[in-house]
Amino acid sequence: MKKFLISLALGLGLLSVGSFVWAEDAPAAPAASASAAAPADAAPAEAAAAPAAPIINKGDTAWMMTSTLLVIMMAVPGLALFYGGLVRSKNMLSVLMQVMVTFSLIVVLWFIYGYSIAFTEGGAFFGGFDRVMMKGIWDNAAGTFAPAATFSKGVYIPEIVFAAFQASFAAITCTLIVGSFAERMKFSAVLLFCALWFTFSYAPIAHMVWFWMGPDAYASKEVVDAMNAKGGFLWQMGALDFAGGTVVHINAAVAGLVGAFMIGKRIGYGKEAMAPHSLTLTMVGAALLWVGWFGFNAGSALEANGFAALAFINTFGATAAAVLAWCIGEALMRGKASMLGAASGAVAGLVAITPACGNVGIGGALIIGFLSGFAGLWGVNGLKKMLGADDTLDVFGVHGVCGILGALLTGVFNSPALGGPGFVADWVTATGVTAADYSIAAQVLVQAKAVGVTIVWSGIVSFISYKIVDLTIGLRVSEEDEREGLDITSHGETAYSR
Amino acid sequence: MKLVTAIIKPFKLDEVREALSAIGLQGITVTEVKGFGRQKGHTELYRGAEYVVDFLPKVKIEAAIDSSLLDRVIEAIEGAARTGKIGDGKVFVYDLEQVIRIRTGETGKDAL
Repeated sequence: MKKFLISLALGLGLLSVGSFVWAEDAPAAPAASASAAAPADAAPAEAAAAPAAPIINKGDTAWMMTSTLLVIMMAVPGLALFYGGLVRSKNMLSVLMQVMVTFSLIVVLWFIYGYSIAFTEGGAFFGGFDRVMMKGIWDNAAGTFAPAATFSKGVYIPEIVFAAFQASFAAITCTLIVGSFAERMKFSAVLLFCALWFTFSYAPIAHMVWFWMGPDAYASKEVVDAMNAKGGFLWQMGALDFAGGTVVHINAAVAGLVGAFMIGKRIGYGKEAMAPHSLTLTMVGAALLWVGWFGFNAGSALEANGFAALAFINTFGATAAAVLAWCIGEALMRGKASMLGAASGAVAGLVAITPACGNVGIGGALIIGFLSGFAGLWGVNGLKKMLGADDTLDVFGVHGVCGILGALLTGVFNSPALGGPGFVADWVTATGVTAADYSIAAQVLVQAKAVGVTIVWSGIVSFISYKIVDLTIGLRVSEEDEREGLDITSHGETAYSR
Repeated sequence: MKLVTAIIKPFKLDEVREALSAIGLQGITVTEVKGFGRQKGHTELYRGAEYVVDFLPKVKIEAAIDSSLLDRVIEAIEGAARTGKIGDGKVFVYDLEQVIRIRTGETGKDAL
């Protein structure tokens, strides 16, 4: 059976590589986000009307490639070390493996079909298959690269860069989940679960929140309703999520929490010592996460412009405020501020500011960060006791709680009355909503709905995915393997020579 | 011949080693150990998980000596390792039946 599966995998692998090499068609109809052909000027396709071939903006492209690198660094080695240092030394390599290999798997799946079902035109919940195998994203014969729209009319980056940037998002989201069931899950089960969850939860929610036709599709008043109707379900609702509070953090956190419940607690949980084996590495990981997150947040502006700058500085301020808040909270609660607390505080602030970064003012960001420090502290203490699950590395306590908080507060501090930029009310003229017209209550309600949809969708998909994996491969390693340590039993290696 | 074992606070190791060299001891064996007596441990807190750590790090010194040196060795160790606070440690004295130097095969006092 194993040999059959290996042959099958190899065969499929060769087939897909083959398709990449031979199926480079001429650029397909412009991918939804590029959208240079609004119905108005579609007629003479070659005899170009006013805009000829869209010009790629070099500054924006350079920034987006840099941002992509920063996000990759966030996962490997950032998150790998952050998580790794928190587990016992006998499981260090297993955490590093689960992060690195899951990351790689999702990147490959993204190239094969993930990008297409998330970011092409389809329905309100799933995209289409126009970009399967990245078909049409460039034309090797003509030497042309499909353009992807940004948030400014007439400004483009290569779609390849957009796809690569989003690949890093999809991959890091799946690696987040690993923290919940660390130290007891089968390696193959991790990979299978992540592949399923990525397909049926990450991609559709990314599509629902972020997919739209791009600013150039809004050429005139007449097409607005038609263009709006092509956007993702939550995008149409008006949900604001700059860099992925719902898509990444709440989505992954729920998957982690469901997993923690379904897999069960670690042997000896609550009785045996399970202290972190290297808070030094955890701090290194947290620092790499903070630095890398500037790419995650500011890169979500898709351009090197004022909004990227706003996201940048908010990522700076909110995180710093959160570090202080967590330290203050711990000092009040138990008399000492700890390194783990400071590192966790940083992550809490980063998570909370993720949906808000380009959507709020600097003061709003500081407040969001400060509150998230305390919220995260509660998430890993009070809430964790209430929930009663062994969420090993507090994925829900930090990413879930602070993701929800950040998503809701985005609706508050986005308001021009509170220093925020508001949102674009009319994409034809690219004008924002006025302070007078802005209803914080209404926006927070929209945010809450988006949070709710994400929680329910991810919860259901996660539950089914874990069940499928449990019934086919089995989720957990044997008791002896868990006791001995996953490094030896799952990977045949020791992290530290004795 | 006697085997003298002492459990001391780790930062006292250099002082004790110097004191033993001063009275002519040629060699000792040192191990890092953990333990507790009347000195209590501490609590560690990692996010919500509290760990009571009973064991404290200590250093164990072992020296094989001629019986005639015993009193001076005990005095040297006690003097160098004492701080006056709880947790200073203990000295244990065992009778040593036989000692062999591996390189030459010498036994007994010649091997010390």
